[in-house]
Amino acid sequence: MRLAHVFRDAYIATGLAIIIVFVVLALLADVIAPYSPVESVGAPLRPPSPEHIMGTDNLGRDIFSRVVYGSRIVLAIVALSIALSGFVGTLVGLVSGYLGGLLDRVLSFVMDSIYAFPSLILAIALSVALGPSPVNAAVAIAVVYVPTYFRMIRGQVLSVKNEGFIEQARVLGLPPSRIVVRHILPHVSRTMMVVFSMNSADAILTEAALSFIGLTVQPPTPDWGFDLYKGRGFVLDGKWWLMAYPGLCITLLALGFALVSEGVSRITGARLR
Amino acid sequence: MPGHVLEVEDLWVKYYTLSGVVHAVSGVSFKLRRGEMLAVVGESGSGKSTLAYALMNMVPKPGKIVRGRVLLGGTDLLTLTPEELRRVRGSRISIVFQDPFTTLDPLRRVVDQFTEFLMEHGLDKAAALRVAREYTEAVGLPGRVLESYPHQLSGGQKQRVAIAMAISLNPEVVIADEPTTALDVIVQKQIMDLIDDVRRKYKSSFILITHDLALALERADTVMVMYGGYVMEYADKSELVRDMRHPYTRALFESLPKLGQRGLPSFLPGYPPDLRNPPSGCVFHPRCPLAREKCRAELPQLAEVSKGHYVACHYAGVVG
Repeated sequence: MRLAHVFRDAYIATGLAIIIVFVVLALLADVIAPYSPVESVGAPLRPPSPEHIMGTDNLGRDIFSRVVYGSRIVLAIVALSIALSGFVGTLVGLVSGYLGGLLDRVLSFVMDSIYAFPSLILAIALSVALGPSPVNAAVAIAVVYVPTYFRMIRGQVLSVKNEGFIEQARVLGLPPSRIVVRHILPHVSRTMMVVFSMNSADAILTEAALSFIGLTVQPPTPDWGFDLYKGRGFVLDGKWWLMAYPGLCITLLALGFALVSEGVSRITGARLR
Repeated sequence: MPGHVLEVEDLWVKYYTLSGVVHAVSGVSFKLRRGEMLAVVGESGSGKSTLAYALMNMVPKPGKIVRGRVLLGGTDLLTLTPEELRRVRGSRISIVFQDPFTTLDPLRRVVDQFTEFLMEHGLDKAAALRVAREYTEAVGLPGRVLESYPHQLSGGQKQRVAIAMAISLNPEVVIADEPTTALDVIVQKQIMDLIDDVRRKYKSSFILITHDLALALERADTVMVMYGGYVMEYADKSELVRDMRHPYTRALFESLPKLGQRGLPSFLPGYPPDLRNPPSGCVFHPRCPLAREKCRAELPQLAEVSKGHYVACHYAGVVG
């Protein structure tokens, strides 16, 4: 699997393009956004116009600027949660799968218990328990997705563990830590890639849901999910732009990750769903 | 006893499976001299591979060594901590496996795997590289093999790499578990010649695990015949060739094709015993042409019939 191969895949290329656009928006928000996202900069509830290309909200804030700044929160929470769940899930999956025995059974039981919860309900419950904040939301999402990594990685470890070269490493007197890191981890990295991309699309939606019910940031911080929630009341009056743009962004970003995920599982030949 | 690098005393290994206890190795004892090659001969399921794992103290679960001692230069491997054992494996006792196609990690170059192992046993990078080069050459491989990935090597080359790694820290004992079974006949001869060379050059002791009595008689100094987890006969090769006592050893020998022989060699009917439920008395009695009432009732003990020649058969002295 060469790198050029990866980018030639239409799914991955399109998905990455979408994600990169949002990452650029997030990084260069100060330059791109024409107005401050938290101050009233025009008449309230104005439809899209040349001055405010996505219109203004009920407090006269520029929706385009809010959308641009809002990408920061989403991407930060999603990145943090994926990194956390990927790291913890992979580590625990490796240890559990390699060592086996009672430890493996206990860990599998704990992970299966988490997995058995509907993921959104669990994420909401954890967020509420931890209190609303971006970091807590990331932790809550991470906890929900740890079992996915754990199960996939553990399964792979169980099959790689029985390969001849692992036995060979053991008879040559290599310590378990080294066997796991140098001989097993490289063989499960492909699975990690697939689970990684697969989870990220789900994580976006979970994040949006937490934001929607106000569990990530406090107003007036711009945030897609929460803006979507607030814009809801104006739709019936024909003020569609309050809700449409944040919603579109959530959809697009989730689509971007989903495309990458589809592409990755296509080129790795791994169908994990 | 001076001169013995390995002493195995009354070794018992059992597998505790869900469908019953498998009596894989039952009361095996032997001593290995420095530079000696001992061949352990037996069919599938005779316990010879389990014996190999037991000597490394790494019988896979649900197997367990229930009794015995494995003394390597006076240290009992069965009493060591995992960390002590780890240091012994690969440096004082090592093993070459049957299937060279799986023993190397496909994602890493040979040199990285080789030096990783050596450095884990305390060599620094430069020394490890030097040793790896030296032994790659010693097993007759060109230097570029080190830079290769495993898929670029042939089966014979991979087996040579495995042998090079197994001998590179000059271990007292090298176990070769069917080292040539996965290879074609020409390569088999080359690998066995290589093992002979290595043995002479580095004076290491070898335990050759094989199902091939002909190979054992050709290459080994001493031969141990196993059946159903028990040692049936144990003797110097020349003594064994001159005077095979056990009916099982004879049956194995009779089944070898011989030069000038007309027709097919004879074969031994039946199957090896189910070791979850071994036969009463002598484990070989259901297939033994000489079995009598006593064989069904009583387990024969390994007895010395002449100097260094042990046989476990009630009628070892009678048959002739």
